[in-house]
Parts: sequence; structure tokens; C-alpha cells
Amino acid sequence: MIVVNDIHKSFGKVQALRGVSFDAPDGRITGLLGPNGAGKSTTLRVLYTVLQPDQGSAAIDGVDVVEDSLAARQRIGALPHGAGLYPHLTARENITYYAALCGIDKAGIDDRVDGIIALLEIGEFADRRSKGFSQGQRTKVALARALVHDPQNIILDEPTNGLDVMATRSLRDLILKLKDDGRCVLFSSHVMQEVAALCDDICIIAHGKVALDDSADGIRERTACDDLEDAFVAAIQMVEPD
Amino acid sequence: MPTLLTVFAKEVVDNFRDRRTLASALLMGPLLGPMLFAFVINLSIERSLSDADSTLQLPVIGAEHAPNLVRYLESRNIEIIAGPADHDAAIAAVKTGEIEIVVVIPAEFGQQLADGEPAKVELISDQANQQADRDARRARNAVRAYNQEIAALRLVGRGVSPLVLQAINVDDVDVSTPSGRSAILLGMMSYFFIFALLMGGMYLAIDTTAGERERGSLEPLLSLPVTRDQLMLGKIAATCVFMAMSLLLSLWSFFFALKFMPLEQLGMTPNFGPAVVIAAFFVLAPFILLGAAIMTLVASFTKSYKEAQTWLSVVLLAPTMPILIVSLLNVRAQIEFMFIPSLSQHLILVDMVKNEPLNILHVAISVVSTLFIGMSLTWICARLYRREGLLG
Repeated sequence: MIVVNDIHKSFGKVQALRGVSFDAPDGRITGLLGPNGAGKSTTLRVLYTVLQPDQGSAAIDGVDVVEDSLAARQRIGALPHGAGLYPHLTARENITYYAALCGIDKAGIDDRVDGIIALLEIGEFADRRSKGFSQGQRTKVALARALVHDPQNIILDEPTNGLDVMATRSLRDLILKLKDDGRCVLFSSHVMQEVAALCDDICIIAHGKVALDDSADGIRERTACDDLEDAFVAAIQMVEPD
Repeated sequence: MPTLLTVFAKEVVDNFRDRRTLASALLMGPLLGPMLFAFVINLSIERSLSDADSTLQLPVIGAEHAPNLVRYLESRNIEIIAGPADHDAAIAAVKTGEIEIVVVIPAEFGQQLADGEPAKVELISDQANQQADRDARRARNAVRAYNQEIAALRLVGRGVSPLVLQAINVDDVDVSTPSGRSAILLGMMSYFFIFALLMGGMYLAIDTTAGERERGSLEPLLSLPVTRDQLMLGKIAATCVFMAMSLLLSLWSFFFALKFMPLEQLGMTPNFGPAVVIAAFFVLAPFILLGAAIMTLVASFTKSYKEAQTWLSVVLLAPTMPILIVSLLNVRAQIEFMFIPSLSQHLILVDMVKNEPLNILHVAISVVSTLFIGMSLTWICARLYRREGLLG
């Protein structure tokens, strides 16, 4: 369960977030939708605690991301945008490194890594060095790495970027599986169709503010647009730039 | 396993698989020093030997005016060759560097000599040219020796002992030992060790900071439930290991290289046996932490791998500055110098190579102050790793 309450963030003179609030409950998939530069990545970075909000607060399962960032990170599996692997390590070693950093003890580590490799169906290339991996393989390993400590909340920043149809589809299946497990999944995208196909709740942000926060049908209704793309554009125009 | 150890183990394994890191740690640093050194030593041996043994070819204008002088020069292993057409041509030729020296014997030389007047001989050379200066000195000395011989003969002819011209006899007593003389040349050796040490960890320092950011692996790493201090300390520890490896290798490669260098011909026997190799490692070891911390610190400010490389090559050269200044001023080890990293290690190492007794106080100050600076830099690194701008 992720609760975001009125967060602001500026970089120098640029106001990236001007008051973003939304909830991402357990057992549901929440989509953070917005054009490039709307503040999606900044919001997610605040949630996985690599950035601190200037104002407002956010909590992961009730743990404040600023006050107890370590405990908050323990409850999060994060896949940042363009996450990279260590090219000289195999996929398995990449995952094991994260498992060890997350404090999984020596006895359980191999089982845990095997389990996550099976879950993501990456056994085929698990023992190859990640240097020559395709974008799809890389994303899957990075996701396996993020999930290895069995986090309740999963944050994915544009995970489908650069993936082909097959890879996107298997990622979608995985996200649904995580939802069925009762986890909280929050992911960002700039593609309306993708979000609509997968998400229970959609939070559209533009110019650092929330434009609409509703289900896909609710958004269609409130923008009075049948076409999703039109609805998206209409929603963005609801927010005034600075 | 504690976070620090996990990070450390991963960085060591990862970098052992990276050819570039390995090459710079195990080949570049340890081999470059001894090779350059062997080259310089051989060059200086060749030079010092060639000076005495080789025949000097001396262009002379007007050799026919002084047949006795010419014969005397020839007896001193100087071969007289025909010089340029005239005096002006000679000056022009020396100026352009076409020939290095010319001796001009005027037509009145014989007459002046016979009359007992100082006979004039002109030596044209460019004193800014080192090689020419050496040849000119040799020619000048030969002519002076001829002068003294004639003067002595004249005195004998007048019934006076030539010894009246020698009121004072200067006797040079050289107290330098063969080990001491080697220190002059081997002084630059300590920089090679520091260079090798820094080279060994350079790519690791880049890879763990700027490289990690460029690859996009930094952000997911920072989103893990670990503290950034632990990540940074593990990375610095791994860098230290590579630096230590490189240092140890370069010490041993010098040890073996020195065995094949004909240093005795230069009158040098450096004190650089296995015991000194090991002692030198411990004297230089505190510099490892300092080197790892400063390289990581500098690299963590840069935006990309390339930028980090550029800045770190400056760091590679920085430790030469104190060594260079002190070598130029030719100062001996003093207590104040022991507070300056790289300089203190250099001075202690020079003393060891000279086979002089080690000053325990100097060593203690060097170790403690270098470690202190290294730890302070490590602390700064850890602090800086906490800032948001790290992600770039």
C-alpha cells in the first residue's frame, strides 16, 4: 500500500512536482500516466527514496519514506527507468548480489534466487554473462533482481520501454500474477492503451500535478471522450502549466 | 554477510573479469615503471661510457698553422677533420646545428707561440646544446693540457720548476657510497610505485562510481534496503585491494628488473633486496587508502566514464609534484616533510635504497598522517554519496 500526499519537488528553478497525491492499494495495479516530463519518474524516485520531497509526504505500508527510508526500501521492489545490469556478472550473479544486499541469509539465498528465476522464466540464460543480453532479457533480470527480497510493493518506471510484443506480453502476465498475490503494483507509462489494458486505477499527471485519478471507464466518463487517447489528451489539458 | 563485505566481494569478482581493469592493475603499472627505468639507466650508461672511449671528431679551421697541437690532440683520441671554409661559415654552421663545435686556429698562431705571446685559438660552440657542451669541454681540456705542457717546458727551459705554478692542489674526496649514488637515479623509482598503485585502482574507482551511473545500475542499487555508507566503503575496500596488488607486483618486478641492469658500471649498488621490497610495501601501504579514497572521490563527481578518466589522469600526476619539487631543491628528509603524503613515502624509500638507518619517528609520522588523510577522504566520500545529485 502506497500513499502519496501532496508532494512537491524542485530542481533549481524547475518545479518538477507541484502537489501530487494518490493512493496505490494492495491487490491492485495502479498506473501513473503522463506525457514526457510530467513528473512520473520524479514521483517514483521519491517513493523508492533516492529523492526527498521538498514538501508533502509519502508512506509505504505506513512507513514514511523520509523518516525511515531504510525500512521503506525494505518493502519496495523498484525497477528504475533504464535499469542496468553488471555486464561481467551472469544473470544469476546479478540477482544473487541483490539478494545478499537485501540481507537474505546464506542458507536461503540459492532457493530464493532459483525461485525468482523460475517465476520470471529466465532459466535459459540465467548462467550467461549479461553483457550481450537483449533489452527484454535485461528488463526481466532487472525485475527479478528487484523482486528477490519478496517486497509487498512493486514500483516499475516505464518497464515496457524498448520491449517487443512478446516481452511486453510476458511482463504484463507477470504484473497480473503479482497483483493476484495481493501485492501493490505501481507502474508508470506514457502509453494510454497499455495502462488501460492492465490497470485498475489510473492516475494521470501533467506539469507536476494530478489531472485525474480514476478507473479507465471513470476517466472516459469524466473527460466525455470515448477514445482513450482523446481522453488522455483532454485530461492533460485540465492542468495549467505554471 | 554484512553489506560492506557483499559489495566488496562483488566488486572484486566483477573487476577481475574486466580485462581493462586487470590490464591496468597487473600489467600497466607494474611493468611500465621497470621498463622505463631500464631504458633510462641503459641510456645513461651508454652516454657515460661513450664520453671517455669514443673518438671525438673535431672540425678544425687552419690545422696547418699548428701541426704540433694537431698531433697532440690526435694523441688524446680526438680526430681532426676539415672544418667549414672560413670563420663566418663556421659560426653559421654551429648556429644552425649543422656541426656542434669548430676550432679555429689563426694564421699567426705559430708566430705568437714562437714569440712567447699568448697564442690565440678560437672554440666555437653553442653552450645551450648539452651534447655540444660536453664535446666542447673535452676539446677545451685537451687544448689546456697542451697549454700546460708547453708552459711547463718553457719554465724548465728557464731553469724554473713547473711546480711553482701549482700553489694549491685540490684533492676531491667523494664520500658517497655505491648505494648512496644509486639513490639519485633510483629516487624516481618511488614515483613509479605510487603510479602503479594508483593505476591499479583507477578503473575500479571509475567503474564503481561514474561507470555504475552511466550503466544505469546505480539507481536500482540505491533503492535497495542498504545504507549508502556501506556501499561506498565496500567499493573503496575493493579499490584498495586492486591497488595493493598492483603495488606489490610493481615492487617485485623492480626487484627482478634491477638484477638485469648493469648498475655496477655506474658505480651503484642499490639496497633493494627482498627485505626492502617487503618493508617498502608497508611504507607505501598507507598511501593505498588515500589513493583509493581520492580516486573514488574525484570519479564520483564526474558525469561519465570518459570524464572520470580525464580527471583521474590528473590525480595520477598529482603525487609527482612534491617529489619533483623536493628533487629539484635537493632537500634531505626532514620531519615536516613526513606530513606530506607521497613525499614522505618517497623520502623514506630513498633512505632505504641508500641503505641508511630508518628513522622510526619519520616512518611513524608518515604512516599516521597518510592514514589520517586517507580516512578523512573516505569519510568525505561516504558523505558525498548521500547527496541527491549523485544520480546525475
